[in-house]
Amino acid sequence: MRPDAGSASRVRDGVRAAIPLAPGPFVFGLSFGVLAESAGMGAAAAVVMSATTFAGSAQFAAASVLDAGGTVAAAIAAAVFLNARYVAISITVASIFPGGRFRRLAESQLIVDESWALSGRSGRFEWPILVGAGLLLYVLWVGSTALGTAVGGVLDDPDALGLDAAFAALFLALAVPYLRRRRALEAAALAAVITVVLTPVAPAGVPIVAAAAACLLGLRR
Amino acid sequence: MSDVWVVVAVVGVVTVLFKAAGPVFLGRRPLPGRVQSVVELLAPVMLTALVVTQTLGGDGEITVDARVPGVAAAGVAILRGAPIVAAMVVAATVTAFLRVLV
Repeated sequence: MRPDAGSASRVRDGVRAAIPLAPGPFVFGLSFGVLAESAGMGAAAAVVMSATTFAGSAQFAAASVLDAGGTVAAAIAAAVFLNARYVAISITVASIFPGGRFRRLAESQLIVDESWALSGRSGRFEWPILVGAGLLLYVLWVGSTALGTAVGGVLDDPDALGLDAAFAALFLALAVPYLRRRRALEAAALAAVITVVLTPVAPAGVPIVAAAAACLLGLRR
Repeated sequence: MSDVWVVVAVVGVVTVLFKAAGPVFLGRRPLPGRVQSVVELLAPVMLTALVVTQTLGGDGEITVDARVPGVAAAGVAILRGAPIVAAMVVAATVTAFLRVLV
C-alpha cells in the first residue's frame, strides 16, 4: 500500500462530510455572482475573486460597498477586516498541515469557516477532512459564482425580486451565531449605531469601515 | 488597472496571507490575549454593519422601505433555526411582494 493511500481515502471522507453543506455555498456563490454583476464588477473579476479570496462574507462586503458607490479603499478595508478572523482560525489548525512551506501555503487556502468547522468536529482538527471539505466547497464556490454572473447579466432589476433584502438576510444569518456571546452582542450593537449615525454624513462604504472600531470593545477586561 | 481589479488583487493577496498565517508563518503560537479578543469581535461587528447598510442604506441616507419587513421576517426564521438559504428566500419573497403591492 502506498503511504498516501490511507490519507487519500480520508480526504474522500472530507469531501463526503461536506456534501450535506453543498446547497449553502452553491446558493451563496450564485448570489455573489448576481451581486457582483449588479455592482458592475464584471464576470471575470467576480470569478477571479472567488478563486483567489475564497471567503464569502468578505467578497459580499467588497461587492456591496462597490455596489453602493463606495471607494476602492472602503471596499478593501471592509473585506480585510472581515477576513482578519482567518489569522486566528488558521493558528488553531497550524500544526495539522504536513509538508514544506509551499504545500502548506497552497493547502491553507482551503481553510474556510465550513471546512474548518467540519475538520474539528471529532474534537481534534483533522487535515484530510479540512482538505477534502475545502476542495468540494472551492469547486462549488467558483463554479456557482460563474453561473451567478451569467444569471445576473440577464436580470433587469435584481431589487424587484427582493435580492437586496436577501443579501441583508444572508449577512444577518452569518452574524447570528456570533451574537450568542454577550460581548459580541454589545460590540455589534455599537457597530449598528455607528453605521446608522454615519450613513447620512459619510461617503458610501465609510460607515461600514468605521463600524469596525466597535471591536475595540474587546480590549476591556 | 481598473478599480475593481485593484480590490480583487489586494483582497486576494491579503486573504491568502491571513489563511497562511498559522500553517506557514506563525505556527501554533496563539495571538496575544487582547489581540485575540479584538480579532474575535471583527466578524460579528462587520456583519452587523453590513446588515444595517443593506437593510436601511440608500443614497447617503437611512431609508425605511420594503426591505425592513423582509429582513425582520428572515430574522424570525433564523432564530427558529431556518437554514441560511431559507432565510434569504423569506426576505426576498416578503420584500418583493410588498414592492408589488405598494
